[in-house]
Amino acid sequence: MSDSTGATTRLAHWYRSYEEQTESVTLGIWLFLVTEVMFFGGLFMAYTLYRSLNPEAFAAASHHLSIFLGTVNTAVLIGSSFTVVMAVWSAERGKQKSLVFWLGATIVLGLAFLGIKANEYAHKWHEGLVPGPDFVFHDTREGVHAAADPNRARMFFHLYFGMTGLHALHMIIGIGVFLTLMVNAIRGKYTRQWHDPIPVAGLYWHFVDLVWIFLFPLLYLIGRH
Amino acid sequence: MSTKQPIGLPTYFAVFAALLVLTGLTVWVAFQDFGVYNNVIALGIAVIKSTLVVLFFMHVIHSTPLTKLILVTAVFFFLILVAFVYADVWTRDMLNLPGRPPLIGG
Amino acid sequence: MSSAALHTQSDTNYLNDGFGIRSWLLTTDHKRIAILYLITNTLFFFMGSVMAALIRIELLTPEGDLVQPDMYNRLFTMHGVIMVFLFLIPTIPAVFGNFLIPIMIGAKDLAFPRLNLGSWYVFNVGAALIFYSIFKGGLDTGWTFYVPFSSTYSATNVMTAAVGIFIAGFASIMTGLNFLVTIHRMRAPGMTWFRMPLFVWAHYATSIIILLGTPVVAVTILMVGAERVLHLGIFDPAYGGDPILFQHLFWFYSHPAVYIMVLPAMGIQSELVAGMCRNRVFGYRAVCYASVAIAVLGFLVWGHHMYTTGQSPYAGTIFSFLTMLVAVPSAVKTFNWTATLYRGSISWETPMIYAAAFIGLFIIGGTTGVMLGTLGIDVHVHDTYFVVAHFHYVMVGVTMMGFMGGLHYWWPKITGRMYDAFWSKISALLIFVGFNLTFFPQFLLGYMGMPRRYHAYPEQWQTLNVLSTAGASVLGIGFVLPAIYFLWSLKKGKKAEANPWGAVGLEWEISSPPISHNFEETPVVINEAYDYQAGHVGVIPSTEKEADLV
Repeated sequence: MSDSTGATTRLAHWYRSYEEQTESVTLGIWLFLVTEVMFFGGLFMAYTLYRSLNPEAFAAASHHLSIFLGTVNTAVLIGSSFTVVMAVWSAERGKQKSLVFWLGATIVLGLAFLGIKANEYAHKWHEGLVPGPDFVFHDTREGVHAAADPNRARMFFHLYFGMTGLHALHMIIGIGVFLTLMVNAIRGKYTRQWHDPIPVAGLYWHFVDLVWIFLFPLLYLIGRH
Repeated sequence: MSTKQPIGLPTYFAVFAALLVLTGLTVWVAFQDFGVYNNVIALGIAVIKSTLVVLFFMHVIHSTPLTKLILVTAVFFFLILVAFVYADVWTRDMLNLPGRPPLIGG
Repeated sequence: MSSAALHTQSDTNYLNDGFGIRSWLLTTDHKRIAILYLITNTLFFFMGSVMAALIRIELLTPEGDLVQPDMYNRLFTMHGVIMVFLFLIPTIPAVFGNFLIPIMIGAKDLAFPRLNLGSWYVFNVGAALIFYSIFKGGLDTGWTFYVPFSSTYSATNVMTAAVGIFIAGFASIMTGLNFLVTIHRMRAPGMTWFRMPLFVWAHYATSIIILLGTPVVAVTILMVGAERVLHLGIFDPAYGGDPILFQHLFWFYSHPAVYIMVLPAMGIQSELVAGMCRNRVFGYRAVCYASVAIAVLGFLVWGHHMYTTGQSPYAGTIFSFLTMLVAVPSAVKTFNWTATLYRGSISWETPMIYAAAFIGLFIIGGTTGVMLGTLGIDVHVHDTYFVVAHFHYVMVGVTMMGFMGGLHYWWPKITGRMYDAFWSKISALLIFVGFNLTFFPQFLLGYMGMPRRYHAYPEQWQTLNVLSTAGASVLGIGFVLPAIYFLWSLKKGKKAEANPWGAVGLEWEISSPPISHNFEETPVVINEAYDYQAGHVGVIPSTEKEADLV
């Protein structure tokens, strides 16, 4: 156990040692991520199943998504994972200013992702692709023999909004967490000895990135050639 | 745990660059036609990208065996869910029961 | 070794360490949180029982005379929802798991005490929503919420109840996560994996199921909600959706949820058998592995709920084969409990009566489960009272016997008071007799073809239904008695000793009731669980040198 006052005051009384505390919170977040895998897993399963049953309708529907915006957003999110890594790296070395900077950069990139996503949603709204009474669907693909069934294409948008919406909700929660971390970092709460929340929140953020890494090809790319 | 065997900055930069390159690659591939391999390639690249994130950004490469086991368990049970549901859906119409609407549509 | 014993009787304990409502509602002590759960969940159990009583009164006569069919649908739905989601799934882990796991592994508390308190509040928000939907008129989908009825056609309060279940699921996840981290990281020195009590092993396996299964049902509820409220018809065939996919996702959780209910009870059973027979559990390691095997295999069999609902017969065949596998670890456990009795010094205290009842009822519940898992039989008795009887034998016969047995076994430890031995034995016998009288006739009714979920039935089935209702009355009396003598014991009961049963285990080596931090010093575990030769498992080393030796 460290004699440094910062470390000892951060040791909750029910843990026997500082290592036990760090190991516990790390294990805790990993187990939480397991539940997240299964949570998104149900949606991914439904999506891939329906896609395999309605390949034409889903391909036609995905032609209405912007590959450009999707790619930019993928890059933005990968960038934010990188800034998180740098934040953890700074925290491990007790570099307070650098930690605050990288936490801030993560928040900015997260907001940028949400901004682009909101833009895409607005575009879908104008096109009438938001499932509801005003839903209209036209097969815009060239060189297909028969236009896709609009009702089955609509299922694509049910899942598109469901999955990206839940993903965006996770982003919003993540940004809230990182804002809290940044305020605490500015106040100098994290030391070289004790900075457990940074890697823990980082793991959560990376998971949200991982979900997008699979959403991007599944929603935007497959069937576009 | 990550403090015990830190991954150096050059690794982080290299992984970051690789992720961006793979993103570009997967977009480029999407516009080529490899027939039945289109989906395999798109998902394959996604698996490679996620492996990079998990191993290096999430430090699993230096983590305890327990963390690795947890990760494998989660993926394994997700695959169980997928496999059994597919096993049902894809064999459901094989008996050609009368009065059942076709599952596969346009 | 000149080691000190763990327990020194003192006047302070976790119950008198702070008084007033705040010291309870804001507590992070795992033992106090366990008591909070015990109070709320007992209340929920009695509410669910009222619905069951109304169902049994309605079925006393062949005609539907007490309630209308619409009301009857709501009654069995609310009975199922309350009992499954608010009592059977959460109670044993949240009450006994919370209270005992840190003590049994020699820790001061769970790994995340605030998360633990939070889980109780989250659970009660979920419960409040479920009761809100009930007082607004209830819901009639059955506890299984099958689409398209739940998503499109039912005009009752489906959404509030579903959101309540969703939120209660979070509480379940918080508890499971807490247990896994605690068991992995906070064991006392010397407490190796194969020295852990089987109760802890059972909760370890249960927590794995909770973490893997609950999120799937959560996202399924979200999908039903999206379909019902936002008309995002994910299971709607009009958009190419598959209603059977809902059943897959639902049973992916809800079949393992049966093991969330029974595994903790099996953990209690192992403790009861060992403690009441003063004997090491026969084949200790086999029981450890059986717990984990049940958790894993439990995820491979969910399709046996769907043989007749449109699932592919090929998938049904696979699920039927895999279902047989679950019987193996279950049988291993049953044989091992029975073998533990051999050459044990059995004392027929109340917990032992429950333990014996458990074995008998589990054999009936388990073997009828194998029958139902067989594709050919299930097609004939699907949705009959045979199924109802089977799952009540498992859920009540196992989970409820485990809960009651555990309550009688650890009540002296939890409260520091002894309850009335005579009345508790009478009550245990009434529950055993009443339970069998209620549910055994239902096997016969189901085998003759009486379908479940109907408020009226042909006259030739009245005799068996009257027997069943009579049994339910006996069962009711059996459950009211403990409420009386337990409350009586709090005021008038004899003070309990640290180890009233002469059992072996860390929880019996500390005072009754325990002090706030459980142990005055971190104990060192030197013996295996249930070591009745040595008579104890933990010591406090008197010197540093001794600690190093262990």
